[in-house]
Amino acid sequence: MEIKVFFFAKLREVFEIGHEVIVITDSENKVSDVLNVLRQRGDVWRRELDENKSFRIAVNQEMVSDDVFLNEADEVAFFPPVTGG
Amino acid sequence: MSVRIQTDDFDVSREMLALRQKNPKVGAVASFVGVVRDLNDGEDISTLELEHYPGMTERSLELIVTEARARWDIYDALIIHRVGVLQPLDQIVLVIVTSAHRGESFKACEFLMDYLKTRAPFWKKEQTSSGERWVEARASDAEAAERWAKAQSK
Repeated sequence: MEIKVFFFAKLREVFEIGHEVIVITDSENKVSDVLNVLRQRGDVWRRELDENKSFRIAVNQEMVSDDVFLNEADEVAFFPPVTGG
Repeated sequence: MSVRIQTDDFDVSREMLALRQKNPKVGAVASFVGVVRDLNDGEDISTLELEHYPGMTERSLELIVTEARARWDIYDALIIHRVGVLQPLDQIVLVIVTSAHRGESFKACEFLMDYLKTRAPFWKKEQTSSGERWVEARASDAEAAERWAKAQSK
């Protein structure tokens, strides 16, 4: 299934992309599966999305953890801890 | 309830009047204004650029206001947050809360800011004399928000 993926702030800059569509199989349907696809690209992807890095995840614009299940056309975003205000 | 994300500046007096003028039950108005400083972590700041996640930003702020309403007896709340390029002395964020008595407004206003700083998807990038850098989240902000979670569980 197709998942819309967004990157913000430092991640957007380092990955040199703001959004893209990632295809995962129907049996691999968690946020962690999308993360695995991205990490397999190596280099900055593996580094910035490492488990020890403190990035945040949102699914359909709500902050979640990486064991959340996904549905077709869901919107997943990865970004650094927020710094507004 | 009202949440606005905008590049333009805001007028605190005008917003305060607009929030309270139609409600004669309001006896207290508390507000907070966040302003760009010219120094952060020992570096001179020339400009500050604010990025956000359109859609999620509005939604998360509305959720935060809903949570404040559930905790305190307040009449209304307004959050305005600016995005784009700002300079030192510029206003960044405005929170206003109205209630019958001051206690609720003070507490809700502080709560809204603490939660905004840790939950609303905004990111700051600074231009300093030694180049640009993304602002890192502060542990003290997370701790400030955590106080309210503890306060509720008691």
